[in-house]
Amino acid sequence: MTKQEPATALRPQRKMRDGINVAKVSLAHGGGGKAMRDLIDDVFISVFDNPSLAPLEDQARFALSDLMRHGDRLAFTSDSFVIDPLEFPGGDIGKLAVCGTVNDLAVGGAKPLYLSCSVIIEEGVEIALLRKIAHSMAKAAAAAGVAIVTGDTKVVTKGACDKLFINTAGIGIIGEGLDLGVHRAEPGDAILVNGALGDHGAAILAARGDLRLTSSIESDCAPVNGLIDRLIEACPNVKFIRDATRGGIASVLNELAEASAVGIEIAECATPLRVEVKGLCEILGLDPLYLANEGKIVAVVPGAQAESARAAMAEHPLGEGAAIIGHVTHGPAGRVVMRTHFGGKRIVDMLVGEQLPRIC
Amino acid sequence: MQYIDEFRDPGKAAALVAAINDTVKKLAIDRDRPLHIMEVCGGHTHAIFRYGIANMLPPEIEFVHGPGCPVCVLPMGRVDDCIAIAETPSVIFTTFGDAMRVPGSKKSLLQAKADGADIRMVYSPLDALELARKNPDREVVFFGLGFETTMPSTALTVLQAEAEGTYNFSLFCNHITIPATLRAILDEPDLRLDGFLGPGHVSMVIGTKIYDFIPADYKRPLVVSGFEPLDVLHSVWRVVQQIAEGRAEVENQYGRVVPRDGNPAALAAIEKVFEDREFFEWRGLGSIERSGVRMRNVYARFDAERKFATPSLKVADPLDCQCGEVLKGILKPRQCRVFGKACTPQTPLGALMVSSEGACAAYYQYGDLEGLRCQSAADAA
Repeated sequence: MTKQEPATALRPQRKMRDGINVAKVSLAHGGGGKAMRDLIDDVFISVFDNPSLAPLEDQARFALSDLMRHGDRLAFTSDSFVIDPLEFPGGDIGKLAVCGTVNDLAVGGAKPLYLSCSVIIEEGVEIALLRKIAHSMAKAAAAAGVAIVTGDTKVVTKGACDKLFINTAGIGIIGEGLDLGVHRAEPGDAILVNGALGDHGAAILAARGDLRLTSSIESDCAPVNGLIDRLIEACPNVKFIRDATRGGIASVLNELAEASAVGIEIAECATPLRVEVKGLCEILGLDPLYLANEGKIVAVVPGAQAESARAAMAEHPLGEGAAIIGHVTHGPAGRVVMRTHFGGKRIVDMLVGEQLPRIC
Repeated sequence: MQYIDEFRDPGKAAALVAAINDTVKKLAIDRDRPLHIMEVCGGHTHAIFRYGIANMLPPEIEFVHGPGCPVCVLPMGRVDDCIAIAETPSVIFTTFGDAMRVPGSKKSLLQAKADGADIRMVYSPLDALELARKNPDREVVFFGLGFETTMPSTALTVLQAEAEGTYNFSLFCNHITIPATLRAILDEPDLRLDGFLGPGHVSMVIGTKIYDFIPADYKRPLVVSGFEPLDVLHSVWRVVQQIAEGRAEVENQYGRVVPRDGNPAALAAIEKVFEDREFFEWRGLGSIERSGVRMRNVYARFDAERKFATPSLKVADPLDCQCGEVLKGILKPRQCRVFGKACTPQTPLGALMVSSEGACAAYYQYGDLEGLRCQSAADAA
């Protein structure tokens, strides 16, 4: 992944406070006094290190003229992260919190610029773990070319939250002329993904440990803004992009079919899946189409541009497994159908609640 | 994927479908209604929908989705008992994931958990036993559920708890048996079944001899089937073949897993721990003689039914629910008056809508393309 140019600065530097030398977060760190300021400075500010954040005002400030260099519309999004476990193969809650919000901006065609980071910490969490997660956020932000410019820290009593919750909000700028929308799919359009599906969901299931399965599956958690830049460059008529997070591609395709009042047909044999993910799904009776992804997008492009869109994504490291998985049909409106490898057809509906493992 | 892809080969599937078509076309000359084949097991229902098998077959064959989803046939009164146990202070109530959403008369286990009961999802009864070891000051109850497939593992867990003296572990036993239920279905006066796909993993435990009464007393063929899509097609072909040749026999398509005499070690564990109940209540089917088991007296201290006070009330199925007719094959899920209206996977009235193996949930989730086509044609007209 290419490192993108960090967002620009606005304000003068502030003197950093003392470091902290206790092992765990206590309620004192949420009290608004010196302990809290030390925690914020030492754990977060020092690694997020950027001039907008350093003055530690109650808000980050941007010059409108700077923003408008990137396009003509502002995109604004927010997401909360409550994942268990906090660390998993391929990432942690910090990386996830940055990538999730960056991706929510990028799939709307926006260039992500600035993020906020609000943390709710359960007392007793190890400072070392917080540091690790803050580092991971800083690294992901650098990779995505965004700056974390404002934030908030709360500490709650034991049991009031599960170790650590993070909320990130983000703003980005949408380039002139881009119009991506869930209502824009038309019969004949092609549906693409940028690689193997379900890795994040499968990695988290395996990492929870209660299955006692060992696997080599890693989360696909990554900022996809660079990949989307490449796609839009090659295919300016791209109609819709969505990151297939919770609910997997099945949910994205259903929302698309409903909003555009079209049918969708995908082919099982064209849908990229890692053999390890397939295996885990076989064991647990889960459907990979519903597993979460954190670095995978679904894109809709006019049929004639399908191959050039695929080839453009495939040139990016996050799009090596890009594939055309299906197409938009006349209907029935709102219905997603999969042609099974076996030769049958089945409906791919929205998931109800969580997928629960079957008993026999 | 090795040992999986071989059983999902589209070329072999096409050949089997062609063979089934040939046989059925010959049969159809002297038939005025489709062949009704009941797949007894919920695992087969799931496979039929997941791989789109139903719409690969000719219209002369219709699947009737049988009672073989243990979660689906659990009556509301038993769910209420689960919740009463789970809400007892000091109890950790453990269950397989499927059972979390089954509606009781007031709430499901999922809702009881939200209300504060300590209910945990496990993947094996041994996980529950491990919880009991780790929490000696708590009572850990395992919700024993399922047909003969899951019975041996719960029986062995009870034996293990006894051997090591983990007395804060107990079992809430809701295990049920297949053969008695098949007989009850076959005794229905409005029976419309022409043949059966027999359960694969139940038969791995109990063997295939036990089904001999079906051809002998009721003149219906039964083919014990595996769960991969080619297994299901192959078994359908064998059922159709028997009908075409005027035979009614028990055949074993799942020979790679199912021995004729079953698994003696598993059967011995079941025999040691469990005994027949005189009656067991099934959702939709009512009370069926000798269709469930309870724990023997010698294991009373591991029996949650004796350890905890439960309401043990019989709760009638919701009036509008037609789960019974669907289970017996008289109605298709879509023909039930509340299907997709009052009863959806979000708010299941009947249990067939709860588990992914339930016929109604499968219809709702994966759809019945043929039915949908008919419906949209009717809507258009």
